[in-house]
Amino acid sequence: MTVKACVLVFPGSNCDRDNVRSWEACTGLKADLVWHKESSLPDYDLVIVPGGFSYGDYLRCGAIARFSPVMAEVVRLAGLGRLILGICNGFQILTEAGLLPGALSRNKNLKYICRDVTLRVENNKTAFTSRYAPGQVLTIPVSHGEGGYSCSPADLAALRDEGRVVFRYCAADGSVSPDDAPNGSLDNIAGILGRRGNVLGLMPHPERLAEEILGGTDGRALFTSILDALSGGPKS
Amino acid sequence: MKFKASVNVMLKPSVLDPQGATLERALKSMGHRNVSSIRVGKLIELTMDCENQEAAAKLADDWADKLLANPNMENYSLTLEKLP
Amino acid sequence: MTDNVSPWLEHGLSEQEYNLVLELLGRTPNYLELALFGVMWSEHCGYKNSKKQLKKLPTKGPQVLQGPGENAGVVYLGDGLAAAFKMESHNHPSAVEPYQGAATGVGGIIRDIFAMGARPVASLNSLRFGDLDDGRVKRLLNGVVAGIGGYGNCMGIPTVGGDLYFHPSYRGNPLVNAFCLGLLQADKIYKGSASGPGNIVMLVGARTGRDGIKGASFASEELSDSDRDKRPNVQVGDPFMEKLLLEATLEILERDLVVGLQDLGAAGLTSSGAEMAGRAGSGLFLDLDKVPMREEGMLDWEIMLSESQERMLLVVEPSKAAAVAEVFEKWDLLAVEAGLVTDDGNFTVRRGERVMASIPAELLTDKVPLYDRPQRVPDYYEKSKKADFSALMCHGDWAGLLKSLLASPNLSSRAWVFEQYDSMVGLNTVVRPGGDGAMLRLPGSDRGLALSSDCNSRYVYLEPRRGAAIAVAEAALNCAVLGARPLALTNCLNFGNPENPEIYWQFVKATDGLAEAAAALDTPVTGGNVSFYNEYDGLAIFPTPTIGMIGVIEHIGNRVPAGFPAGGLNVILIGESREELGASEAHHLLTGRDEGEVPELDLALTKRLINFLVAAAAGRLLRSAHDLAEGGLAVALAECCFPGDMGAAVTLDDGLSAAAALFGESQSRVLATADDASLDAVLDSLERYSLPFSVVGRTTDDGLLTVGHGSDTLRAKVSELKDAWSRALPEAAAL
Repeated sequence: MTVKACVLVFPGSNCDRDNVRSWEACTGLKADLVWHKESSLPDYDLVIVPGGFSYGDYLRCGAIARFSPVMAEVVRLAGLGRLILGICNGFQILTEAGLLPGALSRNKNLKYICRDVTLRVENNKTAFTSRYAPGQVLTIPVSHGEGGYSCSPADLAALRDEGRVVFRYCAADGSVSPDDAPNGSLDNIAGILGRRGNVLGLMPHPERLAEEILGGTDGRALFTSILDALSGGPKS
Repeated sequence: MKFKASVNVMLKPSVLDPQGATLERALKSMGHRNVSSIRVGKLIELTMDCENQEAAAKLADDWADKLLANPNMENYSLTLEKLP
Repeated sequence: MTDNVSPWLEHGLSEQEYNLVLELLGRTPNYLELALFGVMWSEHCGYKNSKKQLKKLPTKGPQVLQGPGENAGVVYLGDGLAAAFKMESHNHPSAVEPYQGAATGVGGIIRDIFAMGARPVASLNSLRFGDLDDGRVKRLLNGVVAGIGGYGNCMGIPTVGGDLYFHPSYRGNPLVNAFCLGLLQADKIYKGSASGPGNIVMLVGARTGRDGIKGASFASEELSDSDRDKRPNVQVGDPFMEKLLLEATLEILERDLVVGLQDLGAAGLTSSGAEMAGRAGSGLFLDLDKVPMREEGMLDWEIMLSESQERMLLVVEPSKAAAVAEVFEKWDLLAVEAGLVTDDGNFTVRRGERVMASIPAELLTDKVPLYDRPQRVPDYYEKSKKADFSALMCHGDWAGLLKSLLASPNLSSRAWVFEQYDSMVGLNTVVRPGGDGAMLRLPGSDRGLALSSDCNSRYVYLEPRRGAAIAVAEAALNCAVLGARPLALTNCLNFGNPENPEIYWQFVKATDGLAEAAAALDTPVTGGNVSFYNEYDGLAIFPTPTIGMIGVIEHIGNRVPAGFPAGGLNVILIGESREELGASEAHHLLTGRDEGEVPELDLALTKRLINFLVAAAAGRLLRSAHDLAEGGLAVALAECCFPGDMGAAVTLDDGLSAAAALFGESQSRVLATADDASLDAVLDSLERYSLPFSVVGRTTDDGLLTVGHGSDTLRAKVSELKDAWSRALPEAAAL
């Protein structure tokens, strides 16, 4: 079957083309760029909400973008069980839109941080992570000024209990302590799943380390896992 | 004596406020045509120990001028409240 | 305020210049016209004090598609691809408001690049500050770095490198030099010329307010503490607006909808309009009633001189104007028809049908009076050649000195800076910041592009001609150690007040050296910027001719890393080490003094070294290569150990003092490694290129650095050195 994927473009998105390129490099498949003013989308199997600075990140990251016409379609497709992947600013938009719980706030050192970090795979039984091993330590870059995750105690309990914390910031040996979260995230949370398991939001950028020439390929399995899930490919 | 100072920092009227302008466009594009001239500022609250109201006002003004606001681009206003 | 007695004064013109205006124009200019002359004949726009010297620079070569004079230079990279690149200063605005000053500097240079039709793909920035023991300097550093990140990160243009140095001469006048590079198809270069009478002049992007009025003339004055109220309104950058402007502009270029375009930078509509008309030899008029305003009640001259950011002028054929407007509307941007291209050669400002100013464009752009300023050898020049190196010669604790150098402000890790920049967006950054230079992959090509910026201003201060040549050689070597052939350079010439004969002497000598090195290394100068009047309370900065160099490697897979990749490799020191401690970082660290003879520079040897490095990379002979710079061999060895937490055991037998062997800064030297299997081939090649070399030791994986020199030994744990190196800047910069 053909997998239909798209990457949204908001004014100020800047990882939109990167995601198209990385999706193609990892899966050999094309993805459409979809302008945020579209109010009717075909039934995409995968919608990537990319990183960047939608609307300049003015007021709050993602606060304005979530009112774009296309977001109603993203909510509709999520309801149909299609896969929605929000990376960095995309994660922020998905929380503002209510598709994921919690919020992202300023990094604890109040500075923008762009560097490789190590992540631990907390749940590999998802449509996004099946090609990773449980507990596997990944090297993936972060690049954000507002990536500190926070949520209510009730939401946190639910995220933990339902296995919806997918990635945590960790040390190189896989151990997790608060110092390993560059941005001060609650419980070292780097990526979470929505209640139905078809919406993933994460602050790190898997698309940036998915080709050897860029210095690593740990991000690649996220895209190939998605392809497996959508095409009924190999499952572990 | 303890005082609470509230320093309201705003960009000078002639200085561009990209954030305010973007919010204005966003509200308009959501159909709220009656909005105009949004400006975004900062409210800084601090408490201080001082001998009297006058000294506190002078000190807070000095801090606002030297650090809290950049006089090259921002204006500020100050309110002072005596704490029990 | 009008001064009828001396009308030239408030426009920054001299009486002689005013008389020249009268003569050229053949009549008395009105207030607005005189304002236009004032700003176009300022140093910032007209280069009146520098142009004669800049004519010395080599600007041509088969690789150069566009030399100086346009928004940016363009060079051919191969495979149909070209790079548009340029560097510009934003020193004075950054001194006043560091975040916005730096941000708008980045914004301005990005617009220059996409005005050529190129998609910006990488930025560098070259920064200079006073010593960090001053709280004000810390705030400047934090603000400037945050501003560069704030703008570049939002734009989605990776900041892949740059350079940062500290010296007391920059205390009140920091330097913020922003470099941007964009890629384009070599046959699709756009120019900033208003050709085709009857074509429409469109103003697109942001509204116009009283931002930075007289910023161009502000840049042409010295700063002092008493000037606070005279300063123009700070320009505020809106990177979100610029991102929209970038995408909309590239979309109309892609669809062939424009004839020419020009960004609005210093002196706003005045310089952009006059330059567009001047370049095409046609004329144009602007109707101020059509300009979208952000503030009410602005006067004509204020509108013409406003430096509101994120605006561009386009020249569009009438049949395509509607399509252009449609694209800008899609991106929620203003695009108004603000004037027309004419054939009368005049730059005309109107209000509806009323003519407010009309001046032959060439008077503004080509008739700027050019000056040869008087020069005088500065007092310090001969005196500072003598130096007492006893503190260094007799130091003895070489490991301790190495650790102090690595933790010193000028040599410590720059990660605190570049981790605040998005260095990866775009998925092209193959060699990230932190090494000699950065490298990008080129879409649709097997080639790689190297970028580097450099200038050791202590060298330039002590020996301007050689110092500037060293800056070029160093930037070129930074590309060559990666395996890339240096192609061309841009520059930012930061100096004090040119009306001071000693400063002008520095400028003349430095441009001599720049010209000489650029010619010798076959790296033409494709553009740049001059920033004079970098003084604070009467004290000039060190002369700082910053170089931005680009180079190309044929196969990016052949790139060479800077760090030692493994233990057990042969360590080869290429180049000649001499007893040269003058102007060294080590001497400065121990004494606080800037003195001594600047190291010799042999440009012919540098050229051979570059040729060797490019050939060795292509032949996959080397495992690593790193250029020796400030701090000499000892610092270079440590830097090579850091990336892979490796070690090295080295013995030097060079007949020099231990101090000079370890910390001397002899030029044109490279520390390379080769495995046993390729060592003979490397040495053969070095001999063929007539390069001095010695195999000095081996890399190790025990994390120990040992250097033996006669009876002296330097022994240090790499982890301890790295810790000191990593922690220094974050601690020194913390507010």
